Amino acid sequence: MSLYKAELRRLGKRRVTRLTTLLGLLVLLGIAVGTFFSNQKIGPEEIAAAAREAEQAYQGTVDSILEERRRCEEARRTGVDAEQYPQDCSAIAPPTRESFPTEWYLPSTFEFRAEFESVLAGWALILALVAFVIGASFVGAEWSSGGMSNLLVWRPQRIQVLLTKLGALLTGLLGLTVLTGVAWFAAFWLIATLRGSTAGMTSGAWQSFILTGLRGVVLALVAGVVGFALASLGRNTALALGAAVAASIIGYVGVGVVLTIAEVQFVEAWQFTTYLDAWLQKKITLVDWNYCAQAVGECEPPEKDIVWQHSGVLLGAVVLITLGAALWFMRRRDVA
Amino acid sequence: MAHRSAGVGRTVTGGNRASRLGANLAPVLEIQGLEKTYRSRRRGVRRALDGFDMVVEEGQIHGFLGPNGSGKTTTLRTLLGLIKADGGRMMIFGEEVPAALPRVIRRIGAIVESPQFFPHFSAYDTLSLLADAGGVPQRRVMEVLELVGLAQRARDRVKSYSLGMKQRLAVASALLKEPKLLILDEPANGLDPGGIREMRNLLRDLADSGMTVVLSSHILAEVQLICDSVTIISKGRRVTAGPVAEVVARHSGTGLRVRLEAAADLPLAADVLTQAGAKVTVHSDHLMVDSVEKPAWVTRTLAARNLYVSELTPVTADLESVFLELTETMPVPGQHRQVDQSVVVGDATAGRWGE
Repeated sequence: MSLYKAELRRLGKRRVTRLTTLLGLLVLLGIAVGTFFSNQKIGPEEIAAAAREAEQAYQGTVDSILEERRRCEEARRTGVDAEQYPQDCSAIAPPTRESFPTEWYLPSTFEFRAEFESVLAGWALILALVAFVIGASFVGAEWSSGGMSNLLVWRPQRIQVLLTKLGALLTGLLGLTVLTGVAWFAAFWLIATLRGSTAGMTSGAWQSFILTGLRGVVLALVAGVVGFALASLGRNTALALGAAVAASIIGYVGVGVVLTIAEVQFVEAWQFTTYLDAWLQKKITLVDWNYCAQAVGECEPPEKDIVWQHSGVLLGAVVLITLGAALWFMRRRDVA
Repeated sequence: MAHRSAGVGRTVTGGNRASRLGANLAPVLEIQGLEKTYRSRRRGVRRALDGFDMVVEEGQIHGFLGPNGSGKTTTLRTLLGLIKADGGRMMIFGEEVPAALPRVIRRIGAIVESPQFFPHFSAYDTLSLLADAGGVPQRRVMEVLELVGLAQRARDRVKSYSLGMKQRLAVASALLKEPKLLILDEPANGLDPGGIREMRNLLRDLADSGMTVVLSSHILAEVQLICDSVTIISKGRRVTAGPVAEVVARHSGTGLRVRLEAAADLPLAADVLTQAGAKVTVHSDHLMVDSVEKPAWVTRTLAARNLYVSELTPVTADLESVFLELTETMPVPGQHRQVDQSVVVGDATAGRWGE
């Protein structure tokens, strides 16, 4: 317990922990502030103004199209520039009024039920990045500074030391994600109330958001564990960050290019970003558009669903492999 | 160091040292046949420890000496469980380590190699976190900082410390647990002359209070001054061990420097003395004569052959010359010795205790 307490204190005192957390919070704050100022509440006045704007746009379009038709008829009659216009000038027809719906001319407004899901995914990804850096640095800097060696002289139980550090890290990250998550819900509820709408929030919608939020918390913890494990394996923070960048490039760009050249169906199913999306959005439907490229007549492109359970298995496997390797090497390798 | 406990700062008398040496005490630390081989694709195979033995008895200050790369730090790291040995046996407080390390570590304070701390933490935070990790009361933090003279800089970040101050902090961290066995790797590294003397006094006081100290150092004059016993390691094997005075006497003995009125007579004088039973080494302007009971014998023997002595000086070997002789690391003019160029001793049991 004393080691756990010490590690929790160490985590809080570390400069990287503080700076990375601060940076993450500033980005989240920026998103919230930006959303607040780029949206506004819709009332009768805004609707009337939008209707007027829609009508003006409609009239403007009708006028310009009628003018174009007149030029077409003129060209047909005189023969000048006739090739620029269709044979039948009545084909140049003005749009209907319905093509200019009033909603298109309404100012941006934040509808909690429709938009919070994607905002929540943004929060989860930012927190995951913060957690990865903090996790990697927490153990990586200990290795490179000699702190781990010092600690093991005090507590010569390698696995216990590493797992206690991980436990302290996860406690800190859990606290950070839960606190920021609650603040995120509150902030966007407030934004929706003041600059949008909270209409349509049923218990089912709340449940869905809360589950997405929980998956976001899990994603941040997984990122923290993976960063921690990679830095422990490489005994260096930079190695974990480098591995993450390399995995991102190879796992997204590299795989994408190679599999596209190989004409593999559903290339996205092999890219890890798809699984991140599926984890946060519950389900991603991939469509093979190439399938209909050569088709004659009606063609239904095949689809493939990636659901959050698939992502869960993948995230679990990544955690098991990286953490397992880190523990194995911690047990076996000398502390030079 | 600024603060001195009751005994710190005084010169420890020969009596204290004698009492530590005279007592028949149990070994606190025993190493037998320790082996460690490093295998690397780039550097190949290197035997860092090759059947190394060491015994440290309770209450002693034991010097652990060896050239760079001889296996000192590997030994200490292996002892502390940081490196896994390939063979051999290690006991601390009568318990086999590393298996028993979690049980005995509470009684061991150690610094291995150069002190490394988190640069952005203060000395206080550094020790406070270690105290938490080891279940040591927080009051000990300021006590040890006071002891090593860092109390007034306790809240400064470690990155603002000099090497000597970091060294003091490392010693403080080793003392935090109030250990019974203190293992210090180069504790005087980076200390100013005053700091070295304070460190010496501190270690003597700690030993007088019953603490056993294992001290690895390259400052051999300091080791000779402070240590009760020594082990010298070279290429992973013990080359000698025992009380400092015995080691010095055993391996170098005492000799006489003899100069003659006529330097041209030196070869003749060497022959005369050798025939008379002395061990003689000829130098350009003098002879070194060993195995002689009384200096007057040299004067008489040479005078009988009309060779007249102009200087007859007893030369007492020190630990440094013994070290250089045993590890064959004596600098040779015009040659650049490489790190691994030290002696390999054929008989690993050479210089056992009591021999």
